[in-house]
Amino acid sequence: MATTEEIRTDLADIVNEVAGVPADDVQLDKSFVDDLDVDSLSMVEVVVAAEEKFGVSIPDDEVKNLKTVGDAVSFIENAQS
Amino acid sequence: MSQKRVLVTGLGATSPVGGDVSSTWNALIEGKSGVALLEHEWAADLGARIAAEVAVEPTEVLDRVKARRLDRSGQFAMVAALEAWADSGLADSDDVDPERLAVAMASGIGGVTTLLSNYDVLKEKGPRRVSPLAIPMLMPNGPAASVGLAIGARAAVHTPVSACASGNESIALGVDMIRMGRADVVVVGGTEAAVHALPMAAFAQMMALSKRNDEPERASRPWDKGRDGFVLGEGAAALVIESEEHAKARGARVYAEVAGAGITADSHDIAQPDPQGLGATRAMKMALREGGLEAGDIAHVNAHATSTPQGDVAEAGAVRAALGDAVDRVVVTSTKSMTGHLLGAAGALESVATVLALHNRVVPPTINLEDPEDVGLDIADKPRELGEGDLAALNNSFGFGGHNVAIAFRTV
Repeated sequence: MATTEEIRTDLADIVNEVAGVPADDVQLDKSFVDDLDVDSLSMVEVVVAAEEKFGVSIPDDEVKNLKTVGDAVSFIENAQS
Repeated sequence: MSQKRVLVTGLGATSPVGGDVSSTWNALIEGKSGVALLEHEWAADLGARIAAEVAVEPTEVLDRVKARRLDRSGQFAMVAALEAWADSGLADSDDVDPERLAVAMASGIGGVTTLLSNYDVLKEKGPRRVSPLAIPMLMPNGPAASVGLAIGARAAVHTPVSACASGNESIALGVDMIRMGRADVVVVGGTEAAVHALPMAAFAQMMALSKRNDEPERASRPWDKGRDGFVLGEGAAALVIESEEHAKARGARVYAEVAGAGITADSHDIAQPDPQGLGATRAMKMALREGGLEAGDIAHVNAHATSTPQGDVAEAGAVRAALGDAVDRVVVTSTKSMTGHLLGAAGALESVATVLALHNRVVPPTINLEDPEDVGLDIADKPRELGEGDLAALNNSFGFGGHNVAIAFRTV
């Protein structure tokens, strides 16, 4: 099972690829919208890429609850376990 | 009738022969072909396996994240429009009111490669994998809207669609906007990115494409007796056009004047030109009339001339009919002999070439004219100097659907 840090690192690579945010900036306390400037369409791209990468399903209704990187990492950890 | 003068104050292009205006122009004067055999795996089974792809990939010059949010046609449009915008001197100034700034960026087909690649994803991986950016990337107005966002245009953003006449139609629309008082500055142009198996197979099924796969650089040969169809090209071009008072107030450098435009429809056939070229003749005459020009003022015609057996001859007849005896003093050329046919971007790229021909007073050659058809025109097979004094030129574009658009330019 992937650790929290491993998930954060992989997610950071996805955010970097999609939105050009430096991977080191993608920390658990950062808000996708307010801190990382990830817009709504890019967020869908991040979610879909994360589903593929981590082998989980992230329902559309859940996406609005993933405000910070930490929210997303926790969701993925729980979904994997 | 007194009407506002409209001036060309900026030029931009990314084409099969150059990644910007200066490299494109130099290549055109040198008679360099941008056509090559397609090495892509997807092209292996095509009857026509040659095309004129852009000389410089847009991803080499655009920011990576911005580029991945654009269809290839949007990438081309952005490169060309931003070059024109910078060239006009407006990019780093606040000389234009955003509410008086507009965009008219045409496309013939729109984001066809985005549409097709997302359909592949849908079939292979399911709906969840389709890109959320697919719609803004594939919509035909996507490039225009992206350019509008980049330069802050708030007067209006338009996307004329009239197949291969689209680029010229965007210029005509921009001129109208300025003359109607709806904008002071309009970034006009066209873009196309359709070098893909499906459009190429479909054009080939219309018997429209050259199959000279063994001699790509010799395949686009307007008015040559050996011509066997057009060569698909890709790229974009843009012009910044501006009211005379606005350009003068800011001391803008002026390349030429857009004197007038003529737009007509054949109502003859969806794919074939009117064999008598009546609609094309009317478009040219209308452009002259709107620009206050006589046939004798025209020194140069940049022809649509795609290298198809029928179209080149029909157009030649139309040019003769429009200009009458004055045609003997007119130097005619086909940019497509070098760039291939950029469809919805063709009118824009060829307008850039026409403007530069007037500005530099030299007409680029039509290459591959080895065994010319006798069409009664003086076709430049080498670069040809234009004379001194006030000169005017016409740029023709015609499109499937029977669209005819001629733009008249004049030296300043």
